[in-house]
Amino acid sequence: MSDAITHEAHHHGPPTGAKRWLYSTNHKDIGTMYLIFALIMLFLGGAMAMVIRAELWMPGLQLVEPDFFNNLVTNHALIMVFAVVMPAGVGLANWMIPLMIGAPDMAMPRMNNMSFWLLPPAAILLVLSMIVPFFGGGQTVNTGWTLYPPLSIQSGMGMDFLIFTVHILGVSSIMGSINIITTIINMRAPGMNMMKMPIFVWSWFFTALLLIVIMPVFAGGVTMLLFDRHFGTSFFDAAGGGDPVLFQHIFWFFGHPEVYVLLLPSIGVLGMIIPTFSRKPLFGYKSLVYGMAVLYGLGLIVWAHHQYTIGMSIETTTYFMIGTILISIPVGLMIFNFIFTLWKGSITFETPMLFALAIILMFSFAGTTGVMLAVVPADLQYHDTYFVVAHFHYALIPGSLFGLYAAVFFWMPKWTGHMYNERLGKIFFWWTTIGFNLTFFPQHFSGLAGMPRRIVDYNMIFTEFNVMSSVGAFAFGLSHLLFLYIIIKTVKGGEKATTEVWDGSSIGYAGLEWTVPSPPPFHTFEKAPVVK
Amino acid sequence: MTIETNSQTVFGHRRTIKWLLILAVGMFGFGFAMVPLYKLVCSVTGWNSIDSNSAQASTADISQEIDLDRTVTVTFDGTINAGLPWEFKPLVRKLEVTPGKSYKADFYVKNYSNREIVGQAIPGITPWQGTEHFHKTECFCFTQQTLAAGESRVMPLRFTVDARLPKEIKFLTLSYTLMDTDRSALKANAGLVKH
Amino acid sequence: MHLKRESKLRLATVGGLFVLSNSAVAEYGLNLVEPASEITRSVFDLHMLTAKLAFYISVIITVLVVYILVKYRRSSGAEADMQMHKGKFGVFSWLLVPIIVLGIDLSIAGPGTKTLHQVERHVDAELTVKVTGSQWKWTYDYLDNDVRVVSNLQEHEPNEPGYLRSVDKLFVLPVDTNIRFLHTATDVLHAWWVPAIAIKKDSIPGYIHETSTRITKEGTYYGQCAENCGTGHAYMPIVVQVVSKEKFNDWVALKTAEASAAAAEASADKVWSKEDLMARGEELYVKNCVACHQVNGEGIPPVFPALKGSAIATGAVADHLDVVIKGKAGTAMAAWGGQLNDLEVAAIVTYERNAWGNDAGDLVQPADVKSAR
Repeated sequence: MSDAITHEAHHHGPPTGAKRWLYSTNHKDIGTMYLIFALIMLFLGGAMAMVIRAELWMPGLQLVEPDFFNNLVTNHALIMVFAVVMPAGVGLANWMIPLMIGAPDMAMPRMNNMSFWLLPPAAILLVLSMIVPFFGGGQTVNTGWTLYPPLSIQSGMGMDFLIFTVHILGVSSIMGSINIITTIINMRAPGMNMMKMPIFVWSWFFTALLLIVIMPVFAGGVTMLLFDRHFGTSFFDAAGGGDPVLFQHIFWFFGHPEVYVLLLPSIGVLGMIIPTFSRKPLFGYKSLVYGMAVLYGLGLIVWAHHQYTIGMSIETTTYFMIGTILISIPVGLMIFNFIFTLWKGSITFETPMLFALAIILMFSFAGTTGVMLAVVPADLQYHDTYFVVAHFHYALIPGSLFGLYAAVFFWMPKWTGHMYNERLGKIFFWWTTIGFNLTFFPQHFSGLAGMPRRIVDYNMIFTEFNVMSSVGAFAFGLSHLLFLYIIIKTVKGGEKATTEVWDGSSIGYAGLEWTVPSPPPFHTFEKAPVVK
Repeated sequence: MTIETNSQTVFGHRRTIKWLLILAVGMFGFGFAMVPLYKLVCSVTGWNSIDSNSAQASTADISQEIDLDRTVTVTFDGTINAGLPWEFKPLVRKLEVTPGKSYKADFYVKNYSNREIVGQAIPGITPWQGTEHFHKTECFCFTQQTLAAGESRVMPLRFTVDARLPKEIKFLTLSYTLMDTDRSALKANAGLVKH
Repeated sequence: MHLKRESKLRLATVGGLFVLSNSAVAEYGLNLVEPASEITRSVFDLHMLTAKLAFYISVIITVLVVYILVKYRRSSGAEADMQMHKGKFGVFSWLLVPIIVLGIDLSIAGPGTKTLHQVERHVDAELTVKVTGSQWKWTYDYLDNDVRVVSNLQEHEPNEPGYLRSVDKLFVLPVDTNIRFLHTATDVLHAWWVPAIAIKKDSIPGYIHETSTRITKEGTYYGQCAENCGTGHAYMPIVVQVVSKEKFNDWVALKTAEASAAAAEASADKVWSKEDLMARGEELYVKNCVACHQVNGEGIPPVFPALKGSAIATGAVADHLDVVIKGKAGTAMAAWGGQLNDLEVAAIVTYERNAWGNDAGDLVQPADVKSAR
């Protein structure tokens, strides 16, 4: 290609109509589609959570049958993990990574298009998996997202739908990950060497690498499940020489690192937001990068702490316990670095910063309950109770979802060219944070009092905790309507955003996104910028 | 962008993608490799698993030493898996055994249904430390059991508790679960609605 | 429904949430269930240690962050120290974290490992009970005495304290006795969990696991299935009645006598009256058959056929007995021959042939069943 052709080919504006989106190879458009998809699925998954909480509002069966309830539990988890947090993270990566490192687009724009357009069919399958039992599709998938056999062998057609969903999502996220890593390795602007990259880019580098390692294993695991269900194999069936516990090992080999897939992008977002609003360079950049690498490594070898009750030997459980407790080191390091970025800063409290601060507090709390859970004998009591539910919601809602909200508020002015309404943003923050804590804090206690997870109904001794949880959940759920309103309002108009957007945005290891106008033109960095 | 950087980038892309694809495909293979790996790890370390509990002991595994200073109480037990219309029970509930000596214990099984059923017995040993020290030299669990309608049978087990069994373990339990090799019974159970 | 309205009212009037009596807050405070055995006591102490550490760490982090936010807020005129991350502290402070965190970790891992060894310690069991989880009930086999207790949910209304916490047959255990539980399952995963007296291990079909305990206090302890087992997961509670050793021995003697009496009754060549058979038959039918064939005998076609007016229940006795004793291939109909004695089969079959307007009119006696086997 000559200079002239490149120039000409790239100089028209965005195509119009449906074609712009269907055939899009533009990282910004694809990023937008990912984010919108995640937002839609957030409302779907959230609606399921609302039904769950409404059912658990009081003892007695209120709304739904036990099987449908557990199907909701299964699909709520799968939607939130695979259709909300992961796509939203990939959406952020699509939008921001090329802008941050000064690349004109993702490395493989067409593959990028395909990895997005695999998502809607997967989402349809996911929803269908809940609907087919009503039309003679057999037993619902009442297993929870862990899909443990033999229960998952009993499930009907919905289970097969879920297996194919996982396959499609797996292919999508592996393609997305390959794209992201290739972009990061090969397409940085001259001068943007690896140790100068914004921490968000680093976080996605590890996330993508982790996805490539774990997604195929999970795909393999569910494929074996599919074979066991329909083709007479016995991978997990004791009667034919298989072992149901093996599935648990495969699942958690994927499932534990998956938590870090959800978490790391948000850690990256924090690494951008906290310096900006402290007006002070990120403290401990190197140790954050190495910390993420250590987290990556440790995350891959501690999976069996989800299965302490399966009767492993003392040596094995001790190993997994020690490994798990050691995770507190890299996580502690991250919290430490964020706190010392604040130290001696000049701090202001815009909405993204409020979220970031809440994440530091609530996520470190989740970390401490995580250490409690890591201790084997104590876990033999906590295992499969609401204490676990409370723990992982404290880890995942602040740790990943709030990170995404923070990112949306942080970068929305860049994406849309408009400032969001700060007052509404703050109201949303307080509303959602209080709602969240009211929902999940009491669940620690209901778990300790002996309430197992995945039950549709309970004795009246657990009532108040559940009433609190339900009230909190409805507040938490409702707050998202405000979130939607803020987004729509900001897209439509508002105060014009400057190129830098935030006065501290270019401090420290900032990305190049703050050097392009807000909103950025359809094509950016056609000529690679030079980083000093 | 100049021609040089462009082609360099494309070359770089290819190399990166190649390695990442190899990694992804390799990990997909690893998922399946976990099946034999799991069995291998369990058999080498003697971890508690269906495979290591089901293994037939070769004479090489068994220490020839006989420990006359102690006895171990072995409890026998049988469980019928859902949907299998068989009766299954140990004919001896308990046996005091001397580690290193070989013993025999019989199990009774009867098919109550009006059809032929192929069953498979899955042994489990507890505590888990016992797994690698409980050697079955002859066991009905090594093969499938086919019982005609109404047929009953006494099934033999011959075993040795290894003298290397840790001293603090004085009780071992060998529990069999009999399963129907036709798994449709398990699925049929799923439809039951109780509430 | 009644409960819902009433509770809402109460909640609304008092404006608080802590008003329901018999609540978890009232019963347990905000902590793990009060332990009633040595092993759960140790686990409880370990839990208190880690919980305290978790609490202190959270408080320290919160106080530190709040202090920083107040002190270094821009509105107070704070200016950022742009060189801090390049100073000595910035370069070497990362070493601090592993040292501090490792210290905390080790202070947890030590007691954790110690308690783990205690959990896995082998004591000479004086009593061994096999606990079997099935969809959706618990079966307790006292292996030393050949006593079996099948424990099903006892139905209650949601506003009754016993809702989802009562069973038809209690699980009775002696106090101050070394008890070993063997855990297994017959269909899918289950987990037998009574937090006050024992830690949990999964019940996995094909596996056998053991836990042990020594209960130190008499009383009634509650628990339920902790590992998701499908539709009835919320409906398989556990109630353990812990009694003195003497009472326990009496109970075992009673159970053994009951079992042998039932066996003797069934095998005796007694001829039963229609009323007796119908009464027993109804009770047994409700316990064993209604899940599929329903109380009204209409089943859930096409999966579970109706018995009301069916060819089997109104046809030849021999065919009817055959299906009940031997099951029906390729369907969910199990063979009950192994589980029910002659008298029980006779009662159920008699009931099915004479209930819901079925008018076969004939009586089936235990002797008929015996010859049909």
